[in-house]
Amino acid sequence: MPVNERRRMLGRRAEPGLSNTSAKRLAKGLGWFSIGLGVAELLAPRAIANISGVSNKHTGLIRLYGLREIGAGITIFAQKKPTEGVWSRVVGDALDLTSLGIAATNPEAKLGRVAFATANVLAVTALDVMCAMQLSNGSKRGIHAQGKCIVNSTPEEVYQFWRNFQNLPRFMRHVDSVEDFGDGRSHWKVKGPAGMEVEWDATIVADVPNEVITWRTLENTDVDHAGAVRFERAAGGRGTIIKVNLEYMPVGGVIGSTVAKLFGEEPEQQLDDDLRRFKQVMEVGEVVVSDGTLLGTGYLAQRPAQPAAARELESAEMLPSETATNYPSEGRTMR
Amino acid sequence: MRANCWYGKTSVSVEEVPDPQILNQRDAIVKISSTAICGSDLHLYNGFIPTMQRGDILGHEFMGEIVEVGREVTNLKVGDRVVVPFPISCGNCFFCKEQMFSLCENSNPNAWMAEKMFGHAGAGLFGYSHLTGGYAGGQAEYARVPFADVGPIKVPAHLSDEQVLFLSDIFPTGYMGAEMCDIQPGDTIAIWGCGPVGQFSIRSAFLLGAERVIAIDQVPERLQMAQEGGAETINYEEQNVYEALMEMTGGRGPDACIDDVGMEAHTPGLMFAYDRVKQAMMLETDRPHALREAIMCCRNGGTISVIGVYGGFIDKFPIGSVMQRSLTIKTGQAHVQRYMRPLLQMIENGDIDPSFVVTHRMGLEEAPRAYDMFKNKEDNCIKVVLKPDWNGSGNGAAKDDSYSVIH
Repeated sequence: MPVNERRRMLGRRAEPGLSNTSAKRLAKGLGWFSIGLGVAELLAPRAIANISGVSNKHTGLIRLYGLREIGAGITIFAQKKPTEGVWSRVVGDALDLTSLGIAATNPEAKLGRVAFATANVLAVTALDVMCAMQLSNGSKRGIHAQGKCIVNSTPEEVYQFWRNFQNLPRFMRHVDSVEDFGDGRSHWKVKGPAGMEVEWDATIVADVPNEVITWRTLENTDVDHAGAVRFERAAGGRGTIIKVNLEYMPVGGVIGSTVAKLFGEEPEQQLDDDLRRFKQVMEVGEVVVSDGTLLGTGYLAQRPAQPAAARELESAEMLPSETATNYPSEGRTMR
Repeated sequence: MRANCWYGKTSVSVEEVPDPQILNQRDAIVKISSTAICGSDLHLYNGFIPTMQRGDILGHEFMGEIVEVGREVTNLKVGDRVVVPFPISCGNCFFCKEQMFSLCENSNPNAWMAEKMFGHAGAGLFGYSHLTGGYAGGQAEYARVPFADVGPIKVPAHLSDEQVLFLSDIFPTGYMGAEMCDIQPGDTIAIWGCGPVGQFSIRSAFLLGAERVIAIDQVPERLQMAQEGGAETINYEEQNVYEALMEMTGGRGPDACIDDVGMEAHTPGLMFAYDRVKQAMMLETDRPHALREAIMCCRNGGTISVIGVYGGFIDKFPIGSVMQRSLTIKTGQAHVQRYMRPLLQMIENGDIDPSFVVTHRMGLEEAPRAYDMFKNKEDNCIKVVLKPDWNGSGNGAAKDDSYSVIH
């Protein structure tokens, strides 16, 4: 779905400003610059001292700065979103400027060259600050997740199931309960890490039967969240395609950061898992459990594929006994 | 309970683990009377399948008695004697309704892992890595069987365990390998691999109307078993397979070729060394010698049926031969649930007695020795059946008289 359409569905306007992509491209350029300068400082500190007009007694310090530059470059290339890498360059720029200032007081310094070097560092600093701020600003735009699945039911059946918000905790891992007030407003309770519970109020923004439901949190809650689910008849009438968009905007405070933690790590993976469980509940009647995934489906959450002891079962995160109800009656037995 | 667990490359051990419980309302718990080691278990044993975890219970060929059923299982009751198919299938999704049970969309909670590896995920499988769901396997005293209302098949008391056990995997797998050849009366079928699945493909090809079956292997006792099933044989260590097949078919080639070997093919000569080195360097995961040869040998317009297990990537794949000569390739993990009923009927009719393939019977406690023996084809080992209640076993002590050899 195009970004604009997604934002329209979520009831938000596109935000102005440089796109994340061009900030990342700029960061890459700065990363190469860091590595190039760093290598030069490391291998030819005398030449660098000469160009900058500073005393060539400080070659050890210049080599150290070279290592710092290379470190910043590597950090930029190692990060998917190099916010920290570019901010570390800004800190390095401040250090360079301070050093140049001190160097200017040295009687051996060639002031004209020091001034020229300072002007260059200032120009690069401006670029660094701009890039770092754009990258940081980008992260304030929140967490987005998109997911889809296909289910062997009609759009009517799938819409009915989803519109009954009490069904959502049966397949959404983090959601404890949803209370529907009947006037479009609902109250959500969500499990946080270390037994914390987060609650918010939401309201339906749009509700087109058998097609789309969108919702967002109310102004007076601590969480800024919006979501949309769309139901489309699959080609050939082979079930229904479900498409979900979720957006969480970070807000201040403990609750805001808890929610960010919950949905921040691999949000699309979590949504995909929720939708897989949704399909299981629709088609099979309950969430399907295996020995290896009792504690979760991530690589690190896997436990050995052998039966769990009773104590271990208590900490299992989503046992089907809590989720089972409507078993499909038709077509289950194959003989 | 006691269970055979995986602890790393060529390392398995029978350990005490918790008893399984009903977790889903369509589960049943089976007390296992017989369980077998499959050739595909050797891929796990040899460390070629990723996402194994220390402590995983192995085994996907098992049968036994129902001792507990979930609320939603209405077609089985405690005391029923059942054989369990190795794919775990819900019976409700698009693929189950199309009878493609090994592609069930709902039975693999780790589907995302399989999607990363294969693009899409297949069904959950018993005891076959976390990529296929992370389900405990059946080389144990008990097993939890999900979707017990869809998978397990009741078997009559007058048939022995060894006559029906292989309905769980290798008989339907061998049969599907032959069925994918779309055999016409008078056809000649060439089969690479005379392991247990190959043996069932040979017999199934005849049951489906083939006139000639030519089986290819290098192990004398396996070639002998193939001959007993009516096949002509080629020992690839003594003969050039391509030349021998052309000689036997007047240069036209067999009408269809079945790859009953899979990812760990052996072959004399340079190509084996090439594939083994690439596999060891992780540049290719599978050694596809049998598949390459089957393609080159097949007649124009013929069919290649790939039922041997592959898990990753290969190279030097002769796609030119496939395209230029109008070959059809058919593949898949067996859709076991589709075949259990008709094949049980064949056993009852006396058309086939699957127990012919068993060479060794041992206690569950001897699983580590059984794996080693099967891997190295020691003592003419072709198929091992493990029995949890084998008399004399119980503390893992291997006894020379605790198994018997049938020739």
